[in-house]
Amino acid sequence: MTASAAETPKPIPVTVLTGYLGAGKTTLLNRILSENHGRKYAVIVNEFGEIGIDNDLIVESDEEIYEMNNGCVCCTVRGDLIRVVEGLMRRPGRFDAIIVETTGLADPVPVAQTFFMDDDVRAKTELDAVVALVDAKHLPLRLKDSREAEDQIAFADVVLLNKTDLVTPEELARIEATVRVINPSARIYRTERSNIDLTRVLDQGAFSLERALENDPHFLEEAAHEHDHVCGPDCDHDHHHHHHAHDHDHDHHDHHHDHDHHHHDHDHGHHHHDAPSPIHDVTVQSVSLRGGQMIPDRFFPWIQKVTQTMGPNILRLKGIIAFAGDEQRYVVQGVHMIIEGDHQRPWKENEARESRLVFIGRDLDRKKLEESFKACEAQAN
Amino acid sequence: MPTIAPLDLSGHVVAVAYLGDVPVFAEASGLVHRLEDGHKTIEAQDGLLTAVYDPLTETLLTGGEDGRVLRIARTGAVDELAVVPRRWIGQVAAGPQGAVAYASGKTAFVRLADGTVKAFAEERTVEGLAFAPKGLRLAAARYNGVSLHWVAIPGDPVDLDWKGAHNAVTFSPDGRFLVTSMQENALHGWKLDSKPGAEARHMRMTGYPAKVKSLSWSAKGKWLASSGAPAAIVWPFQSKDGPMGKAPLELGTRGNVMVTAVACHPSEDVVAIGYSDGMILAARFADSREVVLRRQGKGALTAMAWHKSGQRLAFASETGDCGVVDITV
Repeated sequence: MTASAAETPKPIPVTVLTGYLGAGKTTLLNRILSENHGRKYAVIVNEFGEIGIDNDLIVESDEEIYEMNNGCVCCTVRGDLIRVVEGLMRRPGRFDAIIVETTGLADPVPVAQTFFMDDDVRAKTELDAVVALVDAKHLPLRLKDSREAEDQIAFADVVLLNKTDLVTPEELARIEATVRVINPSARIYRTERSNIDLTRVLDQGAFSLERALENDPHFLEEAAHEHDHVCGPDCDHDHHHHHHAHDHDHDHHDHHHDHDHHHHDHDHGHHHHDAPSPIHDVTVQSVSLRGGQMIPDRFFPWIQKVTQTMGPNILRLKGIIAFAGDEQRYVVQGVHMIIEGDHQRPWKENEARESRLVFIGRDLDRKKLEESFKACEAQAN
Repeated sequence: MPTIAPLDLSGHVVAVAYLGDVPVFAEASGLVHRLEDGHKTIEAQDGLLTAVYDPLTETLLTGGEDGRVLRIARTGAVDELAVVPRRWIGQVAAGPQGAVAYASGKTAFVRLADGTVKAFAEERTVEGLAFAPKGLRLAAARYNGVSLHWVAIPGDPVDLDWKGAHNAVTFSPDGRFLVTSMQENALHGWKLDSKPGAEARHMRMTGYPAKVKSLSWSAKGKWLASSGAPAAIVWPFQSKDGPMGKAPLELGTRGNVMVTAVACHPSEDVVAIGYSDGMILAARFADSREVVLRRQGKGALTAMAWHKSGQRLAFASETGDCGVVDITV
């Protein structure tokens, strides 16, 4: 290894597993640890519990939320993760990736923010995706008695709708629709006993600006939906298919994609998530914005202001921005007040140069967001 | 020009100390390397998280991923002091009369020389431990402050409160001040010698671009050197109010290269400054004069320790390129 390579090793990907007690986290974890994929994992758990693999690196840690002493109420990190990750990363040869299993009541936000706000953690690891397990049978009850269950879904990149064998097809459709209302941009998979192709859970790059939204068909679809846009050949879907073909999951994914779309269309396509959902016990909403080409001098101050003033109410935000006169797609993603953005790649010839942005959160002023977003457009005066 | 005797190890080296004349290097893997008539290696722990020098016994105290607390002697003899099964021991501290403190999760423990162990429960995870220079008194840093426990006297701890996460703690050698390093790139200090009942006196030492991971008190305890900036930040603690209202010295300033380790000389007002690129400078407080001790290395310095003569400096890095600088020539 050369000296320069030693100084900048590839960051270790971190997958966060959330979900209520009994949703199937341990089963999934055991699956990840026992399947023959040739990767080694370090696992950070709250309790050793029933994880049965002896030769993997499993660390028990007390979930501990630290509020940063900077006057920002949503600037929270997990102190225990900082400590454990720092310790683990001193001997990086032992594992290829880290999995953090949270307790059923855990707030996923501080977990995720740790990987952005702590410089040491950030220097050596990167958050790959937040995976939420949902117990199909008990979700309605969970939503009634806790805000955490909803937050976990709202915050997730991948939702496993688990224990599908314990509910009727009608119940399942309803549950999936509920999950979709809470989080329009997550990928949803139906599973029994957490049985999932691990390539759909691990190595998702959901927080990577390079890969952000490339594997996120529903994000685009949602935006399209709200504007009665029919996906045509010039739509990003082409690109997605292309991307997924690389991942060898072309067929399956297409199938699933259509499937979600179908449900979305029929169950709640008529309300536009601009207010807390009429579905009972759902308080999270999403706002999808779509616009033309933006002026950087308008967009950046706007997004800064939005995240500064509405940050506590924003769980996640993701977007692709087309800047006037810019040959590169610009992607943004954020958690609360943390926002990251960068150029991703050149626009393709057949891509419509438009800007899309999704907010998932609570008490979002859709009208104001829409109007102020539009005001950043190049043709706006 | 000083000469360097290199010691090339394979992994991240957490700590370094002189046990008498023997430099020892504690690797994160759990191997402890001694330089005495050649290079000798002890398989001390299965994963070493922390190691501190105990000046009274001239031994090294270590804690690890295997839940064990060890005392390693100059001869290489290893004594297991405590085990907390399946938990990480992330903090250890050396106390008077052979006492050793260690922490696992939300509990701080003190093991006395006779083997008695006392446990102190905290509400939050113990992030740092230090014994006061006089009396058997333990400081445990945690979220929102520090708890001070008299080890031999039952009773409630004295809570020193300051909002935020406190990661490490140290007493000034005269016991008048307590300083913590915080998650938000700052140091926080308390003046301990205020009159009983008087309001707590706080010192906020801020402006660091990075977390402060290395702290070192100067020979006579009048200065506290710290890492976390592109210079060694050295706070004055001579006056009765410590650094309050005073600017620190900034020694060995370099553009974009961060100071990652500091070690004050055992007798002079001089600090060895280790950087993220492996360079080591020595700087004098009086006139800021600098001497290069090592030009550069493979990675950031993690720790440095002076021999008591002040003639040799052992250094450790996160890339394993360690060694000893001899400044007698």
